[in-house]
Amino acid sequence: MKITKEEVEHIAYLARLKFNAQEEELFTTQLNSILDYMEQLGKVDTTNVEPTFHAVAGKNVFREDSVAPSISQDLSLSNAPDRDRGFFRVPKIIE
Amino acid sequence: MELCQLTAYQLHEMLMRKEVTSREITESVLKRIAKVEDRIHAFITLTPDVARQQAALADARIQNGETTPLTGIPLAIKDLICTQGVRTTCGSHILENYIPPYDATVIEKLKAAGAVLVGKANMDEFAMGSSTENSFFGPTRNPWDLERIPGGSSGGAAAAVAAGECIASLGSDTGGSIRQPASCCGVVGIKPTYGRVSRYGLVAFASSLDQIGPFSKDVRDAALLLQAICGHDFRDSTSVNVPVPDFTQSLVDNVRGMILGIPKECFREGLDPEVESAFREAVRNLEKLGAKTVEVSLPHSEYALAVYYIIAPAEASSNLARYDGVKYGFRAKGSFDLMEMYKETRSQGFGAEVKRRIMLGTYALSAGYYEAYYRKAAQVRTLVRQDFEKTFAHCDVLLTPTAPTPAFKLGEKVDDPLQMYLSDIFTIPCNLAGLPGLSLPSGFSKQGLPIGLQILANHFQEEKMLRAAYVYEQNTEYHLRQPAL
Repeated sequence: MKITKEEVEHIAYLARLKFNAQEEELFTTQLNSILDYMEQLGKVDTTNVEPTFHAVAGKNVFREDSVAPSISQDLSLSNAPDRDRGFFRVPKIIE
Repeated sequence: MELCQLTAYQLHEMLMRKEVTSREITESVLKRIAKVEDRIHAFITLTPDVARQQAALADARIQNGETTPLTGIPLAIKDLICTQGVRTTCGSHILENYIPPYDATVIEKLKAAGAVLVGKANMDEFAMGSSTENSFFGPTRNPWDLERIPGGSSGGAAAAVAAGECIASLGSDTGGSIRQPASCCGVVGIKPTYGRVSRYGLVAFASSLDQIGPFSKDVRDAALLLQAICGHDFRDSTSVNVPVPDFTQSLVDNVRGMILGIPKECFREGLDPEVESAFREAVRNLEKLGAKTVEVSLPHSEYALAVYYIIAPAEASSNLARYDGVKYGFRAKGSFDLMEMYKETRSQGFGAEVKRRIMLGTYALSAGYYEAYYRKAAQVRTLVRQDFEKTFAHCDVLLTPTAPTPAFKLGEKVDDPLQMYLSDIFTIPCNLAGLPGLSLPSGFSKQGLPIGLQILANHFQEEKMLRAAYVYEQNTEYHLRQPAL
C-alpha cells in the first residue's frame, strides 16, 4: 500500500474535497493501483538529468505596461454565484 | 451527397463559384443535426441562431469578395474553448452555467475568418478521459457503431465531423485528446507543436501539455483550419513567436526522399492485431510511394504513460484550484462556513475522474512526495524528449498507430482507470516532448471500425507531417468512407 486511508483523507483536505466512506475506500484502492504503476519510474536512472517543466524552452516574457481595453466590473462579476454591490460575496470568514 | 458531407475546401470552391450560399450549407448541417444528434449526442450546446446570423454575414462578405477559406463554413468547437456569450461548460457540472465574457484567441481568429459556429461539442469533463464517458452531460456515441465510444476527450468534436453535424471542428489535445478520437471516428486530427496555437481562452487542464487543434474530413481541411488558428499571441506567454508557413504548400503528392522512422516500441503487448496489420500496410504503402523507412528506438517511451499521469494531474490539481464557488461556476447550496463551502462545492461540482486526478496531483506535489514523483517524472520527461531529438536528427517524421485498439464499447473501461489510461499509450510521448502530431484514417477493422495512423514531426515541422499525410491520403480511400446513419 503506497497510500493509506488516512493519507487519502489528508490529501482530500489539501485539495478541498470530501468523500463518504465508500468513496474513500474506492479512491484508496484506485490511487494505490495507479501509484503501483508509477513505481516503474524508479527503474530509470536519472542521475544528473535536468527536469523538463516546459516542452518548448521558454524565458520570461515582458510587455509594455500600457492601458488596454478590459471588461467591465459588472461583466467580470456576471458569473459569480453570489455578488453584492460590486463584490463577490462569500460565507463569513472572521468570527 | 448532401452539402454537410462535403469538405470545407469543396464547399469553399462552390461558395466562390456562387453555386451555393453559406445559409444553404448551414441549413444542411442543421438538418443533419436534427436527424442524427439524438443518437450521437456530439453537442452540449447547439447555437442555430448564432449559426444563421453568421451565415448571413458570411454570404454578405462573399458577395463583397472578402472571402477566406473558412468563410461561411459551419464548425463545432470543443466546449472548453471560451465563446463570448455562449455557455462554455468543460463538460462539468461546476461550469454548467458559465457564460464567458470574452472569446478565446482561436475564436477571434475564426470569427475574423468568417466561420460559422454551430455548437459547443461534448467532451470528458475538463478533458480528462479517453472516451467522452466522463461528461456531466452524458456520453457521445461513435457514428460508426453507436454501442462504442468516440474516443476522448474531444469525442464530441470528432464525432460531429464524422457524422456530418459540422464540416470541421476544434478540439484540444493534452495526451492524445485530438488524435485518439480522430482515430476512433475515422477523421483527421492535428495536435500542433506546443506554442504554435494560443491557449488564451482555453480552459486549462495541464498547461505545459495542452494545445488546441483541428478535426476535419481530410488533410487539406486540417491544414486550412490549422492555418487559421496558428500564430503568436501576446496574451499567452507560452505562445511561440515563429513565422507560420503556408501549410497548403505542403500538400504535394510526393513523398520521395522522405525518411520515415518506425519506432520498434510500437509493436508492443496490447497492440490489436488488426491495428498492427493496418499499420504495417500503411508503412508498406508509403515505401511503395518512394519514402524510405528506418527502424528507430524510443527506449523511454514505455515510461511516458507513468510520467504523464504524474505531470498532468499535478498541473491539473493546481489549475482546478480556481473552482472554489466564489468567482464563477457552481456553488453548493446550504449554510456553510468558507471551508465547508469550498469542500461541498468542489465535491458536488466535479465528477469522479476529475476528483481522482486532483487527488493524484495533490499527492504527487505534496510535502515528502514531490521529489519521488513530480521531480522524477519531470526528469524522465527529459529522457523522453531526448529520444525524439536523437531520432529526428535522421528522420523527417515518425509513424506509429494512433491508438492500440479500435474504439471500445461504452462502459467497458469505466471501472478501471489504468486500462482507460492505456488508450493513450502512443499519443502521450508527443505531448511530453511538445511535438506536433497528426492522426488520419488508415483502415477499418473487420467490424467496420476506423483505424488511425499517427505521424509525428519535430518542433514546428508540421509541414513534413502534413506532406506525408497528404501523400498517404491521396493514395488511399479510407478518408472517403462515411458512416451509415
